Amino acid sequence: MQLTVWTYEGPPHIGAMRVATAMEGVHYVLHAPQGDTYADLLFTMIERRDRRPPVTYTTFEARDLGTDTAALFQKTLKDAYERFRPEAMLVGASCTAELIQDDPAGLAKASNLPVPVIPLELPSYQRKENWGAAETFYQVVRTLAAPQVSGSEKQGNGRAAAGRPTCNILGPTALGFRHRDDVAEIRKLLGEIGIDVAVVAPLGASLADIARLGEADFNVVLYPEIAGVAAKWLKRTFGQKFTTTVPIGHGATRDFVAEVLQLAGLPEGEAAGSTPASNLPWFSRSVDSNYLTGKRVFVFGDAPHALAAARVATEEFGFTLCGLGTYSREFARDIRAAAERYGVEPLISDDYLDVEQAIAAAQPELVLGTQMERHIAKRLGVACAVISAPVHVQDYPARYSPQMGFEGANVLWDSWVHPLVMGLEEHLLGMFRDDFEFHDGAKPSHLGAGARVAAEPLSAATTSAILAPGASQGREPTAPDGDLISLDWLTEAEAELKKIPFFVRGKARRNTEKFALERGLSEITVETLYDAKAHYSR
Amino acid sequence: MNGAVIPRGTPIGKGAAVAATAISPSRGCSDLPVLRERGQREVFCGLTGIVWLHRKIQDAFFLVVGSRTCAHLIQSAAGVMIFAEPRFATAVMEERDLAGLADANEELDKAVSRLIERRPDIKMLFLVGSCPSEVIKLDLSRAAARLSERYSPDVRILNYSGSGIETTFTQGEDNCLAALVPQLPVSKAETPQLLVVGALADVVEDQFARLFAAMGIDDVRFLPPRRARDLPPVGPSTRYLLAQPFLGETARVLDERGARRIAAPFPLGAEGTTLWLKAAAEAFAIDPMRFRAATAAAEARAKRALEPFLAELSGRSIFFFPDSQLEIPLARMLSRELGMQPTEVGTPYLHRQHLAEELALLPEGAQLSEGQDVDRQLDRARAARPDISVCGLGLANPLEAEGLTTKWSIELLFTPIQGYEQAGDLAALFARPLDRKTRLRV
Repeated sequence: MQLTVWTYEGPPHIGAMRVATAMEGVHYVLHAPQGDTYADLLFTMIERRDRRPPVTYTTFEARDLGTDTAALFQKTLKDAYERFRPEAMLVGASCTAELIQDDPAGLAKASNLPVPVIPLELPSYQRKENWGAAETFYQVVRTLAAPQVSGSEKQGNGRAAAGRPTCNILGPTALGFRHRDDVAEIRKLLGEIGIDVAVVAPLGASLADIARLGEADFNVVLYPEIAGVAAKWLKRTFGQKFTTTVPIGHGATRDFVAEVLQLAGLPEGEAAGSTPASNLPWFSRSVDSNYLTGKRVFVFGDAPHALAAARVATEEFGFTLCGLGTYSREFARDIRAAAERYGVEPLISDDYLDVEQAIAAAQPELVLGTQMERHIAKRLGVACAVISAPVHVQDYPARYSPQMGFEGANVLWDSWVHPLVMGLEEHLLGMFRDDFEFHDGAKPSHLGAGARVAAEPLSAATTSAILAPGASQGREPTAPDGDLISLDWLTEAEAELKKIPFFVRGKARRNTEKFALERGLSEITVETLYDAKAHYSR
Repeated sequence: MNGAVIPRGTPIGKGAAVAATAISPSRGCSDLPVLRERGQREVFCGLTGIVWLHRKIQDAFFLVVGSRTCAHLIQSAAGVMIFAEPRFATAVMEERDLAGLADANEELDKAVSRLIERRPDIKMLFLVGSCPSEVIKLDLSRAAARLSERYSPDVRILNYSGSGIETTFTQGEDNCLAALVPQLPVSKAETPQLLVVGALADVVEDQFARLFAAMGIDDVRFLPPRRARDLPPVGPSTRYLLAQPFLGETARVLDERGARRIAAPFPLGAEGTTLWLKAAAEAFAIDPMRFRAATAAAEARAKRALEPFLAELSGRSIFFFPDSQLEIPLARMLSRELGMQPTEVGTPYLHRQHLAEELALLPEGAQLSEGQDVDRQLDRARAARPDISVCGLGLANPLEAEGLTTKWSIELLFTPIQGYEQAGDLAALFARPLDRKTRLRV
């Protein structure tokens, strides 16, 4: 058993629902106990869809367990077919139904429906939401993508002279983080560089669309966590190559354009001149952004978004990466490799408490993470922006807000800089400590009135106490109960430390303590503080 | 029933005859046939009760023993509140727990000890059963007894089931309170003591305490208490008043301890609150004059607060999808005090005995339904085209998109609606979606 305060992903059948809800003409019959229909409100409330998800649940109850739940499933399946008349059906079980082993696959086959029925095997006690979405999309593609025109008819990259090269966009689903606008942005970008989009799937795809997936020249995989498996199958089956760059950030978008041009067999130079650029490079170069240099940022999220954010943060914002992690174990290797490049410890975990601990230890000035990291950042009093699912209703905005492409880079710029204290205010906070209105404990004044949650980021000394919120609520980070601290901060040194602006104070404290320990000092004086500062600034 | 938009304040159909104050004793739904349906149920499971219970009992923690789905449900239902440090979590069962590779009890002990280390402020821990834990028959009551021994006297550990296969939405609170009842100290009082049962908003609880004091019933206790250490005593001298209609199991175990229920309609609206208080006053032989003196001003205030909504709501038809078991008392209040016209009143479960007083007051002409086949019920709602449909969040936006005005039902659990001072707020909850519809020009 795993103690779970917050879960980064839902169970795998939620992933299957995301695929079914994204598509047209598909209906999903889910063997599940009463109550599992809560999942509907993810779509109707969080994503604000105006239709019920195309999902029928058996909603069995305890009294049904004594009887024939298999018959209940079969009846539900037939009724759902009669009512909704879908072109294809998905059948599967939720975690509880998996325990009672009614075999939806076999039952569906026995029902002899006149449409394709795709059984889903989603092991709920091993796998999670994204895996469920990937597996479902793969099964849909595998079952419904019709055998394609042979290689001789299909001219591959040497297509008819008049025609433009075509690609599919794979991966966007219902309830995806900014999938709606990412698709629009990338479709526009592809159009501008001379490539037509054949099919977008699963979002908005009909069965006819799935059937002609094989006709495109290549595939654009926007969300590898969802479309990776299907893209590999399409490559094996139809020889379609697929993109590996996720176009999040200015640089990654340029790389993506280059990769796409190459897959499309178009000359690289042709589009380079007309490539629309984002405002990010100039905004980042303008002197107003000078103070962003070297700000310590902790990145956590699903692996593709975390990897992209790490690149953007370091190469395009000039931040320093102080932590990188993901909850997607499927991509653990990529994260480890990237962490090594950036010289940070990789964090592969879906345990919220581990993430909390790692962030507290890293003492970042900005956290780029999920909805869950917002809780952690709030508690630690650190600035935070959301870069990845899971997200809540405010991250399904009405306005156009892609993460991908050049407009996406603009959005990233605005949303990541926003939570930070602005330059002038930061300078003034460093100069004048005792202002009654603008002080350490106050929120950045452009974010409105109010106090920050924690007056000071937790120091290394209290990271062991982080698990006891009673202790971490206290504003006494010097509490000498941590095992790390046998060090004694002299009053003057402590007072001097307080003069360091709050967003770097935690780091300064850590560095000073580390410096003192390495030298066997038991007391920390003002001198030690500045010695450490000089030491680490080299 | 009527597809056209009804101008504000225009009474229609039978509802027109129902003035807010005219109470005709001849009406009632006590013997009305109830439509019983089975099929897909679009309802929450009992785990959802944790979302408000963890705020009511401040030093209690709720540990769900279940799957990732359970964890996902609670955090989805908890909505924006999830920014706070929550007093609930899930011990998620994994493959090894099911395969018998890990001793489930040992695993549970580990999860509990990690939790208690993290939250030393916890005084009471509920192990909450879920569908998966019920299906594999994990004995949480034994686990609770075992762990209680280990952590006694600092932490009391109890268990109840909030699984979807056994409970619907508010029944989770019922099971939680029923689990508390055996823990209540024995009452040694000779004279009758009043116990109000059902989680109420703090402000409502305080108002009721003042009203009871004013009519001369002292020492009123509430279940659940605000703190785990503050459990009310119970015994044969206890007379209890249900504040919520979904407390069948709690009432049963209270009866087993010798307490006796005071039958009453539920305290919704001016009339409902008066009848509820009056039932207690009669049970405690309070002088009717004193009762009137204690309640008259507040009742008059409640009626005044309802007046502005009468024009807005009178004659409007209303359709309840099943959700919380509050539907029948709400339909009674809305029809009698605001002149609304219930078309169908759906409830997940109908406790005939506890709702007898409510059913007697419900106007004729409403279709009662128990259970659900959501697609067929939606067909009926579409055919009836009620002015307001009360439904869950899974149905609300889709129905709005079809042009039906909805009132999402969960809000009725998350808003103070009981008692005199909240009668106007309760009416406002139903008037707001209609008001909004007339304001929007987009």
